[in-house]
Amino acid sequence: MEKTYKIEVDCANCAATIERHVAKLKCVKEVTVSYVAQKMLVEYAPGVDEAEAKAEILKTALKVEPDFRFED
Amino acid sequence: MSREQKRSLLLIAAAAVLLIGLHFVPVTGWLKLVLYLIPYLLVGGETLVDACKGIYNRQPFDENLLMAVATIGAMVLGDYPEAVSVMLFYQIGELFESYAVGRSRKNIGDLMDIRPDYANVETADGVTRVKPEQVAVGDTIVVKPGERVPLDGTVLTGTSALNMSALTGESAPVDVTEGSAVVSGSVNLSGVLRLRVEKVYAESTVARILELVENSSLKKAHTERFITKFARVYTPSVCGAALALAILPPVVRLIMGIPADWGEWVYRALTFLVISCPCALVISIPLSFFGGIGGASARGILIKGSSYLEMLAKTDRVVFDKTGTLTRGTFAVTAVHPAQPELSEQALLRLAAAAEQFSDHPVSQSLRRAAGELPADLVTTDAKELAGHGVTAQVGGRAVAAGNTKLMDTLGLTVPAVDETGTVIHVAADGAYLGYIVISDEPKTGSREAVARLRADGVRVVMLTGDRKSAADAVAEELGIAEVHSELLPEDKVTQVERLLGEGAPGKYLAFVGDGINDAPVLARADLGAAMGGIGSDAAIEAADIVLMDDDPRKLSLAMRISRKTMRLVWQNIVFALAVKAVCLVLGALGIANMWVAIFADVGVMVLCVLNAARALNTKHL
Repeated sequence: MEKTYKIEVDCANCAATIERHVAKLKCVKEVTVSYVAQKMLVEYAPGVDEAEAKAEILKTALKVEPDFRFED
Repeated sequence: MSREQKRSLLLIAAAAVLLIGLHFVPVTGWLKLVLYLIPYLLVGGETLVDACKGIYNRQPFDENLLMAVATIGAMVLGDYPEAVSVMLFYQIGELFESYAVGRSRKNIGDLMDIRPDYANVETADGVTRVKPEQVAVGDTIVVKPGERVPLDGTVLTGTSALNMSALTGESAPVDVTEGSAVVSGSVNLSGVLRLRVEKVYAESTVARILELVENSSLKKAHTERFITKFARVYTPSVCGAALALAILPPVVRLIMGIPADWGEWVYRALTFLVISCPCALVISIPLSFFGGIGGASARGILIKGSSYLEMLAKTDRVVFDKTGTLTRGTFAVTAVHPAQPELSEQALLRLAAAAEQFSDHPVSQSLRRAAGELPADLVTTDAKELAGHGVTAQVGGRAVAAGNTKLMDTLGLTVPAVDETGTVIHVAADGAYLGYIVISDEPKTGSREAVARLRADGVRVVMLTGDRKSAADAVAEELGIAEVHSELLPEDKVTQVERLLGEGAPGKYLAFVGDGINDAPVLARADLGAAMGGIGSDAAIEAADIVLMDDDPRKLSLAMRISRKTMRLVWQNIVFALAVKAVCLVLGALGIANMWVAIFADVGVMVLCVLNAARALNTKHL
């Protein structure tokens, strides 16, 4: 399952850091974070519940970048 | 400016005023530190907090930490004004970065000025204005002159001209009338149109294009990925080097029996840290790609990812599928040869067109287009269409026959040998042979120039076609293409592309350009698939990596030039930033560069790189 989210992220480096950490999550197969587009593209691992996984992504991202936010 | 940015600007201004003010206050010792701490914390408080959070989350190596360590270090060494200035300039840099990115995003938004604000929906109680998202398929909407078409639809009533330049980059207006399909994002120029909505907003052309452009930066280029990886190794290495610089030389000096001079070496290490910040690269590179893609989309070229833009810049083979890309895919009269000296070309053409005027055959249509308005005395009666032969008719009192050699044979007429390519229509009247007309698939106006530009840029151009060899060779010669493969079945095209894929230099790519209608396998097989005439064709937008919104083949060479320019900017920034930093790092380590040089190497380089990256948006003069 692939999903694109609108996000708010403060700097290019923050985007890279978030990308690195979210990629390590078990529920995530692949993730790309774009600072310029303010978007996150997530490919979830098979059989993952999106709402749960998204919450987990948010938790991880907030840990490394406190200013991170999902916009929708 | 956003609220966040305004707040940041305010803090910077306050800190700057305090800093200048403090310069004239004659205080020393603890009081001085406390006074300087006010502007320092105003402007750098957040950075310090973020740096602490980074350490707490075991993610310490970021810019925040670099700045925190460098400025706290300067404070400890007693360089209060310097510490505040470094933090001040760092924040100015951050503010500029966020402002510049915001501007770029907005510029691209403006370039892609296709987002409709509202739709006028016809309801039982008249016309109401609603958001395009609220309109359903089957609704009737009204588009007045000057308004943007909000959703894809079909014209129910009205005629008008549409400006599609925001979509295709082509400024010539397109005429529409009852039954015409209308694409969202185009602007209605003249008459009021009533449309039946065919697609909801999210599936309409506008929404798809906007989404495609915005998401393009999610498909990152190798260069971008490389820089991200590079920064990951680079930042800890530089921190390590700075630590070594602060400790090793003083220790060595102690061992050698000279004064350690700790202050000097710690200062050098801090300078080193400030210089090293990789933000110039980390921000300017994605920004360049974003600019290049935005600039291209403003010219009617959709590039679906930074990675494709990067590949396009390294493309050295372009394979065109002839029909629909280099040629119009419609037929046109290319030669008229009267057999009798007193007969003019126009008269022959008119006679044939008149005879064929009731036929729907594409050949007849092209004859009528070429002949234009027929004179009133050419009245056609008794028209008969003979399948596989042509037509016979009474035109202005003469028995006219127009068709192929077989038709002439049945009339007992002999025809001259024709060595021109295309479809030949022989014309006879009252039993006498009058001459012939050649009709062929016309090359597009821009094709020759497109090929010439590609070749001038060092690209090998290949044409594939299912046409007969003679016809294909003739078109290729006219367009200046040296390499043609003709009489190909659709599967042969895949084979040809596979063969050509193997013939490139390492690190170079092959692009295939098709009309996106029945060449999906080839589009997928090539390194880069480009589909032409993407407006309104979902299949083409889906299958291709690059979508040329209008029919102009020159757009491909423009796309290549945009991509090459973007890559040039990317590399300029990489080389410039790294070179300046390398030089300053060495100078910093040697104690020649002070904190002010360090600030330039960080913030100054970043600003210059961002400004340079913004040039990617400009696609004029390419």
